[in-house]
Amino acid sequence: MRRGIAATALVAALGVTLAACGGSDSGSSGSKGSGELSGTVTWWDTSTVGSEDKVFKKVAEDFTKAHPKVTVKYVNVPFGEAQNKFKNAAQSGSGAPDVIRSEVAWTPEFADLGYLAPLDGTAALKNQDDFLKQAAASTKYKGKTYAVPQVIDSMGIFYNKKIFKEAGVQVPKTVDELKAVSAKIKQKTGKTGLYLRGDDAYWFLSFLYGEGGDLVDAPNKKVTIDSPAGVKAFKVVKDLVDSGAAKTDATDGWNNMQTAFKEGKVAMMINGPWAVADTYAGKEFADKANLGIAPVPAGSAGQGAPQGGHNLAVYAGSKNLDASYAFAEYMTSAETQAKISKELSLLPTRESVYLKSDVALNEQIAFFKPVVDKAVERPWIPETGSLFAPLVTEYTKVLTGQTTPEKGAKTVGDGYRKLLKDWK
Amino acid sequence: MAVDTTGQSVAKAAGDHVARGRSRGTGKSRGAAKRSLSTHWYAWAMVAPVTVVIAVIIGYPLVRGIYLSLTDANERNVARSIGVNQIPATYEFVGLDNYTDALTGSQFLGTLGWTIVWTVSCVALTFALGLGLANILNRRIAGRSAYRLLLILPWAVPGFVSVFAWRFLYNQDNGLLNKVLAGGGIDAVPWLNDPTWAKLSVIATNVWLGVPFMMVALLGGLQSIPGELYEAAEMDGANPWQRFRHITMPGLRSVSTTVILLSTIWTFNMFPVIFLLTRGGPGEATQILVTQAYKFSFEVSPRDFAQSSTWGVLILVLLMVFAAFYQRVLRKQGEVW
Repeated sequence: MRRGIAATALVAALGVTLAACGGSDSGSSGSKGSGELSGTVTWWDTSTVGSEDKVFKKVAEDFTKAHPKVTVKYVNVPFGEAQNKFKNAAQSGSGAPDVIRSEVAWTPEFADLGYLAPLDGTAALKNQDDFLKQAAASTKYKGKTYAVPQVIDSMGIFYNKKIFKEAGVQVPKTVDELKAVSAKIKQKTGKTGLYLRGDDAYWFLSFLYGEGGDLVDAPNKKVTIDSPAGVKAFKVVKDLVDSGAAKTDATDGWNNMQTAFKEGKVAMMINGPWAVADTYAGKEFADKANLGIAPVPAGSAGQGAPQGGHNLAVYAGSKNLDASYAFAEYMTSAETQAKISKELSLLPTRESVYLKSDVALNEQIAFFKPVVDKAVERPWIPETGSLFAPLVTEYTKVLTGQTTPEKGAKTVGDGYRKLLKDWK
Repeated sequence: MAVDTTGQSVAKAAGDHVARGRSRGTGKSRGAAKRSLSTHWYAWAMVAPVTVVIAVIIGYPLVRGIYLSLTDANERNVARSIGVNQIPATYEFVGLDNYTDALTGSQFLGTLGWTIVWTVSCVALTFALGLGLANILNRRIAGRSAYRLLLILPWAVPGFVSVFAWRFLYNQDNGLLNKVLAGGGIDAVPWLNDPTWAKLSVIATNVWLGVPFMMVALLGGLQSIPGELYEAAEMDGANPWQRFRHITMPGLRSVSTTVILLSTIWTFNMFPVIFLLTRGGPGEATQILVTQAYKFSFEVSPRDFAQSSTWGVLILVLLMVFAAFYQRVLRKQGEVW
């Protein structure tokens, strides 16, 4: 009898405790002892609006199927604004998301500023050996892992096969050929050959690598943008624009580029896998076979495109760390990556996903995989994310004739030396 | 006028009070303060919340900004606490170094040059156009209220909406302006992609946004000029230009001095037009002082809070000098504002 009362009391007490746990899923608390995740995970996605974002939103919200007590709040932040917006919110301690889709170059910077939670030993990292080495490289900072690779990418030439046929030209393999091909396209069809973004210096990188240059030489702590190779690269892009082989814009470059290419007003653009879904939406590419993709043109010293991509990082100030770790793991799992790759032709970061049949058969992924394998890695130093702001100003100035390639390169180099103390 | 009278009476009352206090010969200002508190406690209590709010929302940021401009604070060395990461502040006091850098480097002076060109041309154009339109609308013309309504429209639309609309118009390939020009057989103009065109484009947009304010203010001024003056002048044989020169302009003086001062300060600090239209580009061609200060604080990385505050303080000083100078000039002409 007595034992019976004690047991009842124990059960009742447990019941109260459990109820208390269950009742606290207001978002401020994460998982409790019971092991079930609860609360809200806010995710800032930066994918292309109008095509990629719909797929990502749906996949993200499917997270609740496995964890019904977790609410996923999907927010699309335009890629160009996300870095600053996150830094603002993270520093002030309010309004920052739990999980952010961080561009590879941002990750070491955010980690250095103390904004990211280290992920080693958490639920966020599973089957780490499966990740491509280049993709994982950007997630490490000072011996710790601060993010999970989500997608990897690089750049190539997107071309309009119909226009090429009309003009009777082949895909250019070098910058010189590119000029010749553009001239012929202009002569035969009246259209411009290449659209080159003038408001984003990322589009300048493959020309820089092509001339044998780079932004900085991290192992030797040397600034190399103002080396002769860097100056030459500035001359190459300026010549492309001045000679009419390429057109450019100093504002709204992304929209203008996509519109011009999708409407068949330009024959080529340099772009990455993230643009594939949006490009197919254009009337010129209603027949998907009309889109051709080729490696970026080589310069005088070689051929190379930058390695890019995105990681998922967890904000150190998140009130819901456990659910956030689980969300990052879910979004980068092999199943999710396969789904995303199938719908958007984005490149997965896991070796195993490439072996799945519908990923292996995807033409765009099959094209970009070898490009990514050879892509030029950027130095994963905290300042990597800071290197573009000084570059883009001078790049635009060179293209619009406000400064010479020599002066432009020198100004960027001086800016880097101020940023990277003690570098040559 | 009403304002003047009140001001005088307040001054007189205050003067009386002080005189009485002294005449009693206590000589202790403390006692005076105490008495002032006891007689005027109600007024002090009423004013206190406002004073506190102003101190918090204006005074504190101002003092903080001036302090930051004397340090080398940036994103990497300010204090922050994010979850488990507690990072203490490590920035240092550097005295006037930031000011020396700004005033001896070419960037501040270059940006200041364009800011002055931008301000002077915008204010001059908006004032001239506003005056012209106000004069037309002051006459009895058919459909006057419809015209007034249309001309005030740019002001009624939120600024950022207008600026985005202009951005679409200016688009080199798909913008309406170039399509119209193409219809006339003229080559596309690189509105926002060429430094010179970009400068003209931002000025045009700002003038379009600023004219309604000038027009409404000057129209109000025009309507306060008695019609008899014009009638008398006409009787004396004054031609329209003489009437404009000797009646309209003097009659508008108090309104126009105020709107020119306001418009100068607004245009000098006109952030949205530049930022939303060109982001200061192409390159740095249209960057004015405030957009550059914003860039230091929010766009470059690591964010340079010290430099940004320095530019902010310099902007404040420049505008205060301008306002003081302007006031002195007006006072010489017998104007009070």
